[in-house]
Amino acid sequence: MNWSTIPHTLSPGVIPLFAIVLTLGAYLFGIDVQRRLRSPLANPVLIAIVIIGSTLRLLHLSYQDYFSGAQFIHFLLGPATVALAIPMVRALEHMRRSLWPMLAALFAGSIVGMVSGYSFVRMLGGSQPVALSMLPKSLTTPIALAVSQNIGGVPSLCAVLAILGGVLVAVGIDRTLDWVNIHDPAARGLAAGTAGSGIGASRVIPQHTLSAAFAGVAIGANGIITAVLAPLVAPLLKHW
Amino acid sequence: MAMLRLIFILLLFQLAGEALRAATHTPVPAPVFGMVLLAAWYMLRRREPEPALEQAANGLLNWLGLLFVPAGVGIIANIALLRSAWLPISVSLIGSTLLTLLVTAWIMHRFGRRATITKEGR
Repeated sequence: MNWSTIPHTLSPGVIPLFAIVLTLGAYLFGIDVQRRLRSPLANPVLIAIVIIGSTLRLLHLSYQDYFSGAQFIHFLLGPATVALAIPMVRALEHMRRSLWPMLAALFAGSIVGMVSGYSFVRMLGGSQPVALSMLPKSLTTPIALAVSQNIGGVPSLCAVLAILGGVLVAVGIDRTLDWVNIHDPAARGLAAGTAGSGIGASRVIPQHTLSAAFAGVAIGANGIITAVLAPLVAPLLKHW
Repeated sequence: MAMLRLIFILLLFQLAGEALRAATHTPVPAPVFGMVLLAAWYMLRRREPEPALEQAANGLLNWLGLLFVPAGVGIIANIALLRSAWLPISVSLIGSTLLTLLVTAWIMHRFGRRATITKEGR
């Protein structure tokens, strides 16, 4: 018997329910694996994406079938982003006192990310549209897509890079910043949000309220800073 | 009740963010506007969120990662885009992301005010 046909014989209302159960199950499994291995390399978001992707392929379900249910989880991304304001309010005093260093760090992060992303691709022989798609890779996906359209990148490639960049931050931030001895929760939060937006932030948020607050600010601020700077920086890079 | 109130407040401010985005015609997503508006709201009233509400918000934020999974599965369909230039893309993605992390964290760590409470985990 071909068991890949099972989901298609069930009533259509079951597929969204199946998608939600699969998403929650895969993520919880990812958390368990991370706890057991005690390694940030075993990132629950990455594990869940791989499990769900292979399950869909095995069962011949399309991404549209999956999203019919997963959209209910996806929808919560909006209110959760708004919720970042709550840890931020507690950290306002801290932010006011480090306002200039914070702005300097945000601008430097944005510019270094754009210039290095573009240059590395060009140095290794990548095409210009691919290199331009690198510019908004640290941004939250909707802003990244808008920026890439503005500057002549490939939007679908940009969306992939924005998610992979976030996963990379979630996986690498602890080891990288421990290595240079930066344990300040504000600096870690700001860096996670600047380099990896939401997915990067999801790694540091449970570690400290200050990290959550600064990550929230960084997601919003870097989105705005890079959206404004990218159309100015892109023409300069192209002539380089 | 705190959870219900939280969901109401968050959706209300997301809706306000949606209105602001429509009015300003920017690519900034409505939830980012909503986040700024909610923080501004607390600042103007000179009040901190009540503890029960804060706890509920932290509960939601602790599984922020889960909420990215549905969009993340979508990239699997587009992963072939990487195949055309996988070497420049992967070197640049890793190198540039690490540089951004280090530069941002270093400037903030070097010049920002240090946290007074170092071990205030959740």
